[in-house]
Amino acid sequence: MARKASTAKKAFVTLAAWSVGILICFPILWTILMSFKSEADAVKAPFAMLSSAWTLDSYAEVQERSIYGRYFMNSVVLSVGSTLMALVIAIPAAWSMAFVPGKRTKDLLMWMLSTKMMPAVGVLIPMYLMFRDAGLLDTQIGLLIILTLINLPIVVWMLYTYFKEIPVEILEASRMDGANMWSEIVHVLTPMAVPGIASTLLLNIILTWNEAFWTLQLTTSDAAPLTQFIAGFSSPQGLFYAKLSAASTMAIAPILILGWFSQKQLVRGLTFGAVK
Amino acid sequence: MATQQSRALARIMVSPAVILLFLWMIVPLMMTLYFSFLRYNLLTPGTSFAGFDNYYYFLTNPAFFAALINTLTLVLGVLVITVFGGVALALLLDLPFWGQGIVRIMVISPFFVMPTVAALVWKNFFFNPVNGMFAHLARNLGLKPYDFLAQAPLASIIGIVAWAWLPFSTLILLTALQSLDREQQEAAEMDGASWLSRFRYLTIPHLTRAITVVILIQTIFLLSVFAEILVTTNGGPGTATTNITFLVYAQSLLSYDVGGGSAGGIIAVVLANIVAIFLMRMIGKNLDA
Repeated sequence: MARKASTAKKAFVTLAAWSVGILICFPILWTILMSFKSEADAVKAPFAMLSSAWTLDSYAEVQERSIYGRYFMNSVVLSVGSTLMALVIAIPAAWSMAFVPGKRTKDLLMWMLSTKMMPAVGVLIPMYLMFRDAGLLDTQIGLLIILTLINLPIVVWMLYTYFKEIPVEILEASRMDGANMWSEIVHVLTPMAVPGIASTLLLNIILTWNEAFWTLQLTTSDAAPLTQFIAGFSSPQGLFYAKLSAASTMAIAPILILGWFSQKQLVRGLTFGAVK
Repeated sequence: MATQQSRALARIMVSPAVILLFLWMIVPLMMTLYFSFLRYNLLTPGTSFAGFDNYYYFLTNPAFFAALINTLTLVLGVLVITVFGGVALALLLDLPFWGQGIVRIMVISPFFVMPTVAALVWKNFFFNPVNGMFAHLARNLGLKPYDFLAQAPLASIIGIVAWAWLPFSTLILLTALQSLDREQQEAAEMDGASWLSRFRYLTIPHLTRAITVVILIQTIFLLSVFAEILVTTNGGPGTATTNITFLVYAQSLLSYDVGGGSAGGIIAVVLANIVAIFLMRMIGKNLDA
């Protein structure tokens, strides 16, 4: 029984929803528009800016500083690398907790979650000093370790909630048919688990890409990702609006696109399965 | 189905994650705790036992009280905006309209913008008193441009952070709304219940759980807002936008006071844990392991 809505009402809701949507998204849209303007035009009043000539100069200029490529690559390496590392550690753990639950499984899950609640600033100093002494400051490997660990609880949790949904009867049936543990994992469970693993991967890459505490604290240039690159614009000189827009657009575009595909998983992953 | 052998295997499979998280949580935290009882400055050689001096100085420092108030204001301000705004937006987006997919994408987008970009975009393109959009609009209306980050720094940061988190609450509340029992709603409508009483007695109770989750999870993240402050106001003017996270950062990595910074870190952990206990209970109730 579908709810009936008159066309007029629907048109009104459409207008309201689109207005709100555009308003919320406006800073992003505006940044993207501004990135196609020259520096002189970018600081003009809104209408003058919009009607000025379009150009790709800012992108060329940001690209010319070859350094941009390095920040971008660092972001890719850190987000993808730490996510893969977390998956390698988390898949077996989530797997065994979902399929061979023991008396302690729930406590273990809750404890893992509690590590995520610890504010980063509580361990900033020891981490900083240890990194300094081990020569890990501003290195990819150092940051990879930290990012893997801070996301591990979320990865375990997300995988656990996905694995939990795989019906155990299928396992029992395959065992009746004589499957051993290995073929059970490879032929029965893995195909069913792939979608869950993929969404976990996606969400975690997004979270790591935007991580802006450790990446700002522990890097200066060599291992610095885009969060740090953009932070460099916080005390600029001269005209820089168009360049900042172009750099910002390039920094957020890949993740915006990935993010749009992961809306559903986002809710589940960020609420630890409490809202589905 | 679990045999002795598979149990042993399960234990082996789970142990790397447990050991790593244990090391990650316990070792640095113990070191912070240890440092917090030391007189330890990176600029002066040697350390000595300080007892509770670091805690005493940190807690009686006027900056701490300011930071505590700022932290609470920031968390509460963002929560009020995102919860009320999120409920309103979720109710709107749950109605049938044309182009739902695109509007959803637009509403969710700010959540994917990295904090440094969000903060600098707002700071320069909107709040800037000379070239920002608000300044242009004010001049067009014949008003004097307002210097947001200088005159209302904390409110401006609350605005930036709320913009980044509004999509999160909206998305979660919308997901919760969509699991609302439509037939129950229709039955109530046929029995003559007004929109307001349906909202009050069906929708709100249904959303309570999701709202609680939103509040708790956001609080965890909002207690440690850092990047937005670093790139906009750097904690200032004075301590107007210094929250506890930023104060600990300033104390330890800018003033090199390891002891004092560590005491601050422990205090931040205690504050976060108060919230975490409630959140864990909520999530634990929902977990049927």
